Amino acid sequence: MTSLENGINAFVEQIDTPIASFFNSCVHCGMCADACLFYTETGDPKYTPIHKLEPMRRVWKRNFTFWGKLAAMLGLSKPVTDAELEEWEPLIYDSCTLCGRCSMVCPVGNDITYMIRKAREGMVAAGHAPDGLKGATVRAVEIGSPMGVTWKTVQAQIKHAEQDTGLTIPVDVENAEYMVLMSSMEVVNFPEYMGAIARIFDQAGVSWTLCSDAIEATNSGIQIGSSDIAAQLVQRIVDGAEKLKVKTVISPECGHAYTAIRWEGANLIGRPYSFKVLHILEVLDELREQGRLQTEGMETAKLTFHDPCQLVRRGGVVEEPRRLLNMVASNFVEMPDAGVWNWCCGGGGGVSANERADELRLKVFSRKKAQLDAVGVETLVTACSNCRIMLEDGAEANNMDLQIVGMAETIAAHLPTKTSTTATEESSS
Amino acid sequence: MTAEALLAWARGPGMQIALAVFFLGITVRIVEMLLIGRAPDLAAPRKSGVAAGWRTVFHRSLPTPGMLKRSPLVFVGGYIFHLGFLIVLVLSVPHIELFHGVWGIRWPGLPRSLIDLAAILSIGAMVALLVHRLVDPVRRFLSRSGDYFAWTVTFLPLITGYFATHHMLLPYTQMLAVHILSIELLLIVLPFTKLIHTFTLFLSRWYNGAIAGRKGVAS
Repeated sequence: MTSLENGINAFVEQIDTPIASFFNSCVHCGMCADACLFYTETGDPKYTPIHKLEPMRRVWKRNFTFWGKLAAMLGLSKPVTDAELEEWEPLIYDSCTLCGRCSMVCPVGNDITYMIRKAREGMVAAGHAPDGLKGATVRAVEIGSPMGVTWKTVQAQIKHAEQDTGLTIPVDVENAEYMVLMSSMEVVNFPEYMGAIARIFDQAGVSWTLCSDAIEATNSGIQIGSSDIAAQLVQRIVDGAEKLKVKTVISPECGHAYTAIRWEGANLIGRPYSFKVLHILEVLDELREQGRLQTEGMETAKLTFHDPCQLVRRGGVVEEPRRLLNMVASNFVEMPDAGVWNWCCGGGGGVSANERADELRLKVFSRKKAQLDAVGVETLVTACSNCRIMLEDGAEANNMDLQIVGMAETIAAHLPTKTSTTATEESSS
Repeated sequence: MTAEALLAWARGPGMQIALAVFFLGITVRIVEMLLIGRAPDLAAPRKSGVAAGWRTVFHRSLPTPGMLKRSPLVFVGGYIFHLGFLIVLVLSVPHIELFHGVWGIRWPGLPRSLIDLAAILSIGAMVALLVHRLVDPVRRFLSRSGDYFAWTVTFLPLITGYFATHHMLLPYTQMLAVHILSIELLLIVLPFTKLIHTFTLFLSRWYNGAIAGRKGVAS
């Protein structure tokens, strides 16, 4: 079978009743364009979200509709060609972050993001995925991390975190309440996350562990659109969690990892989990609600929160970060469109791993910049290390004076000193 | 063929053929869609998607924050066209008489002056939307022959109905025959064009709301 046939078959396999209904319903009103930062910031109509699905629409029409099948039989319609898929590759991968805004505005109710996620299955099967994303996926499968981070690197971070906090970072502890996952970016770029978690959990008296077989939460398979690989990566986490018999797996400060583990994972491996999955923001908010998360002092700098798309629009985590920030910040302001209407950092959905898209990504950062300029803050808090890198990159490119931090470290900076017995014992030993 | 004979054919066999194609077409299109099926969602839901599905079916008729400002013409024009079309279809006295003849039930209609107003507004909105489709870069880029065809077959019943009631362009009998034939054309092509959104949008909105609702996401 040629790669084109593979691709077409994958499209056919992905098309379900919702997708057929969505294609049937589209009236070409163009409202999805106005919701997409790739269109609003470039003014180029080719970035209209529904247009990105043109090859998939043609496969649907030819294979799933009465007239389409008839036309195909009579040789009246042209099948999708390899050249067309090649042409669409940048539209589907470089100019869509799976942010989900289009799905919220479509007047006929089309979940366009759901369609693009599925269309990527066809694209990758046809061999039309960006090299950067392919590389990340290969590393995720072979090394265990899209950035090539090995358990050795994690161990070095554990050592650092233990030295910094004076706490023991638990590894492979059975029957712990929580199993903590991380993203490679946290291991490499934001090691403060691990220390922050250790200190917060110590103070709250939470039993937790890392798993040496399953540390990586991100899932390049989801981003590139390969369900087989995505399932393999999820399976590592499921095996780790089941081996250690933990009650809950915590998705780190990452957007798509949450979508991967919380919402797609069970479907990818074909069975429900025996454990719960929560985002770290949900865990921290639960601890806050139970009175186990105590803080002291307030940030006085004017700060705002950037909602990661996969949490706020595709994941259902909206109020948690706001309640947490209000605990530790006296001057927390919201950007225009904050919350479910927040604009993407520009690098979600695998765009950040795709160097080809860098220029476009930085161009459309103007949307984020406008949002930030409207509030004029000193500090920007977020809960996704990919957003964080992208925001840092965009801020630097635009000479913006902005401190960008993660939520866990922001909370950890306000933990009361030495209230927990464990911490006292540890530091005195 | 005389105008009277044409009118008689349009009212009789013509309408029956059109209705048969319409109902059969809609059934085939909906069934072929439902038969594809959908994998069950195995992820532990945050809440049931059913309520969110139904909510989105209705709620998606309202403009979302900020979007009214970004696409005012599509929103305002879209509302006026759809509501005007619906009012003329359902609340004009000749139409009510026709429905009464078929179903045996009757409801109060609107005075002709109001029906005229609804028709004129609807026609005006359609023209504005067509111009926008031709001029606006995104709409022009997205539009294919099917979009213009759908516009035409929707426009014809509105304009011929208006002409017929006002005895314009053609003698009344001829224009009425043309009006009924244009409705039959609309009925026949509806299942096989984007006009099928009349039916499928409810299903699409439901799926969108239900998928989001299970995750506790706004839709």
